[in-house]
Amino acid sequence: MKESVVIIGGGIAGLEAASQLLALGLSPVIVEKSDHLGGHVAEWYRLFPDLSPAQELVSRLVSSASGARIYLETEISRINALKDGYSATLNNGDVLFCKAVLVCTGFHLFDAAKKEEYGYGIYDRVITNRDLEHWFGGLEDARIPDNPRAVGFVHCVGSRDVKAGNTQCSKVCCMTAIKQAIELKEKFPEAEVYCFYMDLRLFGKKYEDFYISAQRDYGIHFIRGRVSEVSEDIDGRLLVKAEDTLSGKPLKVRLDLLVLMAGMVCSPQTGRIASMVRADVDDDGFLRSRDNIYSIVESGRKGIFFAGACTGTKTVPETVAEARAAALSAFRYIKEKA
Amino acid sequence: MDFGFSLSPSSAIDLDKVDLSLYRRLEQTVPDIRNCIACGSCSATCMAADYSGMSVRKLILNLQRGADVKKMLSCCMLCGKCTMVCPRGINTRKLILDVCRYYSDEKV
Repeated sequence: MKESVVIIGGGIAGLEAASQLLALGLSPVIVEKSDHLGGHVAEWYRLFPDLSPAQELVSRLVSSASGARIYLETEISRINALKDGYSATLNNGDVLFCKAVLVCTGFHLFDAAKKEEYGYGIYDRVITNRDLEHWFGGLEDARIPDNPRAVGFVHCVGSRDVKAGNTQCSKVCCMTAIKQAIELKEKFPEAEVYCFYMDLRLFGKKYEDFYISAQRDYGIHFIRGRVSEVSEDIDGRLLVKAEDTLSGKPLKVRLDLLVLMAGMVCSPQTGRIASMVRADVDDDGFLRSRDNIYSIVESGRKGIFFAGACTGTKTVPETVAEARAAALSAFRYIKEKA
Repeated sequence: MDFGFSLSPSSAIDLDKVDLSLYRRLEQTVPDIRNCIACGSCSATCMAADYSGMSVRKLILNLQRGADVKKMLSCCMLCGKCTMVCPRGINTRKLILDVCRYYSDEKV
């Protein structure tokens, strides 16, 4: 019988790890709490930097992981350490015996309503990056006006924010804001688009080219300053205030739509799973890897591996690459023990 | 009537009210103007900056905020060092000359 690996989470990390483990001759079991595979990516419309459809990636990952046993709408109730592996009890009563556990529990999108000064859930014209992405994907959204004259993007919502409890940079939002600003400008060429940023962190391949193109080809305005408050005028338009830190002057502008770039925070499930497998949680709430250079996919405990955003904020390609690395690490661990 | 006090004008920028006609015109003649990332290398290398406050970074920002740039420009010696150091390749020399041309047209 093939050795089994339990994968907690059926997002892109779990799916890619499962397909690699299948190729390595092991028997992966995916336990996913929601009713669909692909996690957050399955809800996205297009991915930077190639603007490829997110659904294409998810379908590809789902089909290559189809040889795995997959539980949907199922959660882990308990994990026990055995002499040479683990047993995982599911909330449907099933018990899975495995040699290794791979934690792929991902992240949680910051609840933008917590930053009350931005007015999410208070004003009609304030939405998040996820809401906008859903709208790009074809979902109706009454908050998005037919012909906006001016649109703003607020970077770092809930990220790099000690008071919100998240010191980390979410990494993907700068690039997502630029991607979405361009996509919006393509839909509404007459609209003025403003990005309010603290720093622009465009570290990845082609990211800086997107930035140049946003400025040069789309005339998107970048204003260095964190939005301090948003209010609504009598016509339902938003009055946004920030400091224009490059001129050192306070600045205000009226907008028809404001998009909040909500960041990645640790998933609430991660802490629960961490205590089950007795893995360490870092100061930022994400799982603590054995080290942050060479052994990111390894925990401090034997047979427990990590992949994707459960250890920190990650891009899609980073997550997929990590899932492959974690699958290989789990495979080597099982073979070396045998 | 002098009441012995006055109100200081607001220094706030209201983007709904700024006059961007000069900036829009320059976007046509020097499209690179959009590419500024406000790194400040132009100001750091400027021969006139130390004495006059000349700064191409501030020039572009002021144009984008509809503020006056006449005084600053009068100090430029057109040495071209800012063009040399700009990492985004903005033709700052042409920009400065076009702004000067706009103001001289205005006079006519």
